[in-house]
Amino acid sequence: MSHEHVSNTKRIWFVFGLLSLVTTVEVILGIIKPASLEFNHFIGLNLLNWIFYILTIFKAYYIVWAFMHMEGEKSALRWSVVSSVVFLVIYLLFILLVEGHYIYGVFKDSTIKWNF
Amino acid sequence: METTVTTANNEEKTWGGGDIQPLGASYGKMMMWFFIVSDALTFSGFLGAYGFSRFKFIETWPLADEVFTHFPFMHGVPAPMYYVALMTFILIFSSVTMVLAVDAGHQLKKTKVAIYMFLTIIGGIIFVGSQAWEWKNFIKGEYGAVETKGGSLLQFVDKDGKRVALEEFAVKLPEQREALSRAKAKWFMQDAESLPTYTVAEVQAGFKAHPDLLIRTEKLTETKKKTVLSRAESETRLADAKYVVEGANLIRNEYGNKLFADFFFFITGFHGFHVISGIIINIIIFFNVLLGTYEKRRSYEMVEKVGLYWHFVDLVWVFVFTVFYLV
Repeated sequence: MSHEHVSNTKRIWFVFGLLSLVTTVEVILGIIKPASLEFNHFIGLNLLNWIFYILTIFKAYYIVWAFMHMEGEKSALRWSVVSSVVFLVIYLLFILLVEGHYIYGVFKDSTIKWNF
Repeated sequence: METTVTTANNEEKTWGGGDIQPLGASYGKMMMWFFIVSDALTFSGFLGAYGFSRFKFIETWPLADEVFTHFPFMHGVPAPMYYVALMTFILIFSSVTMVLAVDAGHQLKKTKVAIYMFLTIIGGIIFVGSQAWEWKNFIKGEYGAVETKGGSLLQFVDKDGKRVALEEFAVKLPEQREALSRAKAKWFMQDAESLPTYTVAEVQAGFKAHPDLLIRTEKLTETKKKTVLSRAESETRLADAKYVVEGANLIRNEYGNKLFADFFFFITGFHGFHVISGIIINIIIFFNVLLGTYEKRRSYEMVEKVGLYWHFVDLVWVFVFTVFYLV
């Protein structure tokens, strides 16, 4: 809590350890790229990328909650910040990625060659 | 008269929002959250645009593992990921020192706040320096490539699929042209940039002289490797070459799709700009801490506010790291 004047040092170092660990796992996976993860897909995305995105959001959660002290704020503030960002980002990504995929199809199937 | 005037409070702190605190956050903190939300959406727009272009050219997009392979003092050793992982650790660590400064501020420990702020600034400077080094390698390039008339990029490999740099096979032909600089040409004849080290003809002649060389196209195979053409196909493709590309700029780059370098420069550049402004704000707050401004106020909330910004910069990097280097 921002109003309590107790030291959170222990928790800060714990979160640092956690973030470092997750980053290390990401880097190791990024270097090895296990074929079993890279070439198996789940809803249009390969398992390796699923892991990367989930770990990224996991890290983002800890940065916002522990470092930016979101856990100490009122739940109304938490919801107004997080829900609007999450909703708009998902909306934006949906539009852009679906459209990008559509244009890929147009380029691929058209009679005109774009890059040769 | 006094009964009709509605004042929020009689305290002199009215400029700072007074005692009315919607959502339990002070005025400054609330505005910082407003800014962070809008800036987060800006970055999402950029990363979304990157995703859009990547989906559009999903079969020909460059492989990050082949682009970012440098590590200090390890020349010629391909080390993908290590350097950017180091940068990530630096930024996370500077976030930790920042949050420790905020924590010390809650306990009104001036010296501790100053020390942690100082470490945060140093961390930020190291990060920006690392990014500059990364940019330098990216701009300079390593192997070079040629671009065809149709805009696709051809890279050179030997029989084992190992990349070969232009300087290893290109021959020097006598009919060299000098770059038209302002000093050496008519005022209307200036070249947009300096000429590449080799001309297309020199690369083509060198390719002919080395029968074991092959051409690698941008197209990705099923196993996410770049397609290597046969010698006969390579020769036909190379006949279409128009430019020699060395390194990267905003127009073309030797790594592949033109947009790849544009997005790299723009997104990491915009993030780097945030880091630089964060460092400047941190320095200002650091001096305020040293001068005892917050000691007099009995509140280190300013440190908390710049802390929010600094963590946000770290948060953005986490996503940039994933999108550019991992996925």
